[in-house]
Amino acid sequence: MSEELIFHFDVDGEDFTSAGQASVQVKKNLRRLGISPEIIRRVSIAMYEGEINMVIHAGGGVADVKVLEDRIEIVLTDHGPGIKDIDMAMQEGYSTATDNIRTLGFGAGMGLPNMKRYSDTMKIDSTLGVGTTIVMTVNIQ
Amino acid sequence: MKISTMKDLLGAKVLTCEENMGRHVYSACGCDLMSDVLAYVKDQAVLLTGLVNPQVIRTAEMMDMVCIVFVRSKMPTEEMIELAKESGIVILLSDKRLYEACGILYSNGLVGNKVKT
Repeated sequence: MSEELIFHFDVDGEDFTSAGQASVQVKKNLRRLGISPEIIRRVSIAMYEGEINMVIHAGGGVADVKVLEDRIEIVLTDHGPGIKDIDMAMQEGYSTATDNIRTLGFGAGMGLPNMKRYSDTMKIDSTLGVGTTIVMTVNIQ
Repeated sequence: MKISTMKDLLGAKVLTCEENMGRHVYSACGCDLMSDVLAYVKDQAVLLTGLVNPQVIRTAEMMDMVCIVFVRSKMPTEEMIELAKESGIVILLSDKRLYEACGILYSNGLVGNKVKT
């Protein structure tokens, strides 16, 4: 691949039921490009957790997935409340999600840790009251 | 373990993708917390759960899971059934509780996250 390829998605913050649609689409797109299943799984899980987070915490946002020569870059941007304590949020089991979200199978404090687990690099830029941008990369080679 | 064997062991009904009953699963996860599933499950697994919402199907899809067993006679919605069909995921319905269903599969050789290659 000589040129970068970008997939752009709007993540609807109103509907928990539809959360994950962008990740499903990314998975399909990457399959068409012939990327290995293991890489696809890591990208789609990392993005799926990010998507769920945007719906749960930030009222939605946008997701851009760039396919570069040596890596896949996922950029998740929202204009939600921001993350108060990133170190705490990175700890497994720490969550500020409501009980309602927990009954749906999420909000167990595994979202950000899972995103880190499945990506090769992850950078969080968050400002209270302004929003959060997360950039993750998964190496192709 | 073949999906058809799981069906027999659990006395389960097949709801979707009967054509995939001959596929094998190599590990299993019994869980209602999807984030835990996303954290720990390995390739080509079966998910046993009592949770019913579309994110269960999406989680399974993200993990390349081949089968979901809904326990305690839980019935997935039409939307979930459609999502599973799109992804080729076999849905089994069992009246057993999660603990019992997991125990039956485990004692018949389907252990946790050990992946056969």
